[in-house]
Amino acid sequence: MYSEKVMDHFSNPRNMGEIEDASGVGTVGNAKCGDIMRMYLDIDEGGVIQDCKFKTFGCGAAIASSSMATELVKGKTVSQALEVTNQAVMEALDGLPPVKVHCSLLAEEAIHAALWDYAQKNQIEIEGLQKPKSDVHEGEENQEEAY
Amino acid sequence: MEKVIYLDNAATTKMAPEVVEAMLPCFTECYGNASSIYSLGTQAKKALGKARETIAESLGAEPNEIYFTAGGSEADNWAVKATAEAYAFKGKHIITSAIEHHAVLHTCKYLEQRGFEVSYIGVDENGILKMEELKAAIRTDTILITIMFANNEIGTIQPIKEIGEIAKEKGILFHTDAVQAYGQLPINVEEYHIDMLSASGHKLNGPKGTGFLYIRKGIKSRSLIHGGQQERGRRAGTENIPGIVGLAAAAKRAFSIMEEKTEKEMRLRDYLIERIQKEIPYCRLNGDRNRRLPNNVNFSFQFIEGESLLIMLDMKGICASSGSACTSGSLDPSHVLLAIGLSHEIAHGSLRLTVSEENTIEEMDQTVECMKEIIEKLRSMSPLYEDFCKKNEGLS
Repeated sequence: MYSEKVMDHFSNPRNMGEIEDASGVGTVGNAKCGDIMRMYLDIDEGGVIQDCKFKTFGCGAAIASSSMATELVKGKTVSQALEVTNQAVMEALDGLPPVKVHCSLLAEEAIHAALWDYAQKNQIEIEGLQKPKSDVHEGEENQEEAY
Repeated sequence: MEKVIYLDNAATTKMAPEVVEAMLPCFTECYGNASSIYSLGTQAKKALGKARETIAESLGAEPNEIYFTAGGSEADNWAVKATAEAYAFKGKHIITSAIEHHAVLHTCKYLEQRGFEVSYIGVDENGILKMEELKAAIRTDTILITIMFANNEIGTIQPIKEIGEIAKEKGILFHTDAVQAYGQLPINVEEYHIDMLSASGHKLNGPKGTGFLYIRKGIKSRSLIHGGQQERGRRAGTENIPGIVGLAAAAKRAFSIMEEKTEKEMRLRDYLIERIQKEIPYCRLNGDRNRRLPNNVNFSFQFIEGESLLIMLDMKGICASSGSACTSGSLDPSHVLLAIGLSHEIAHGSLRLTVSEENTIEEMDQTVECMKEIIEKLRSMSPLYEDFCKKNEGLS
């Protein structure tokens, strides 16, 4: 079901953990859908992401997507990190099954949420960054059964 | 392939050697069409009749009340749809439970779109049907009660006899999906007042693509497949003789070894439950502790997601199953786990282990050790666990 890359990142996740006093932290997804991603960013004064760590509650694809996303943003500038899209995460993982595409979207949103938090804390505006859509609790009420 | 620990016997089972042996001559020697008049055909017909007798006997039924199908889902669909259609003149109300297999639930949904009304009776926190709710749901136009014998996910066994008595008293037909129970528990259709019963071959060490529907004599039912006199004209098509012979051989085997099999499975089951409860924190046993299938273990583990757990167990050669959404291809976790009152979050972290008499205590030990390691790893990765720990630190 999963590519070798996905299995590799799932079994040996890179950058798993927390960053104390992180420059920005973002949490997206919700437990109801079974996926929560938290991204920690350590950003230096020059706006370069020095370190990135994640924690994820979710399936194999969610864990692999988070792991890959941290690798993709590490060492990048804030604006370069914004270009790490879900597509980029998926490609780097050699693809995801169709039902798991939302996991890569969540990874993109997690980066955005952490960047948003960084921007808020520093009272700066990052061009092209919008307030993250999903939050842990957002949308819980309007989730209805499929039938 | 390295040795696997197979703990998914509710999904399917390994075929028993005697079942394979019974089937083999049907492929190459006794290969005739049971409808043909020459001896090859009559041999097949004889084998078919014998198989029907074996199945009937296992349920306390008559051979002409057994209709072979291509599996449990087909039998469920047939029972519910054909009964609804045949009795629509009497009423259009059906009663079922919230924790049925999708073969029944989706069939009910289908009927709802065609003018039938369905009441979905709730279950308690252990998955036992709320009998008062069932009684209250009965109407003058209720034509069918369909309640599963035992649940496929959490193993809870329903008070089938009681339900059968209520149905009989009210003159309502009673169907039970016994796919998980048949071959695991003694069933007598007379004693339990069962009018229709579905079962499947591959859950009891028999072949896949086989099953049957028991229909009590005198019950109206529409034909499922038209085009021949097979199965008393109700399910046309040349009979799957090897499959049917295999199904009967599997049933015969299951009923003859039931006592010792149950004893062995229960010992493994209880050992597994006790070790998990004792050694893995923040877990919940799903399903009734006592009224449960002898081979079923189902736990929810807080802060982790089931699919990750399954993949990591698979890497260690352990086959299990989960009610997590990710394993069902939707965003919703198992309807059964939600019906017993679990939150989405807890339902996502569920694991089902279903043992067989071939498993060993050593395998249970190995499984628990792997689970402990994996669950700890997944929790260390979980933001939910992080929040939980921080909250606890704050409190202390």
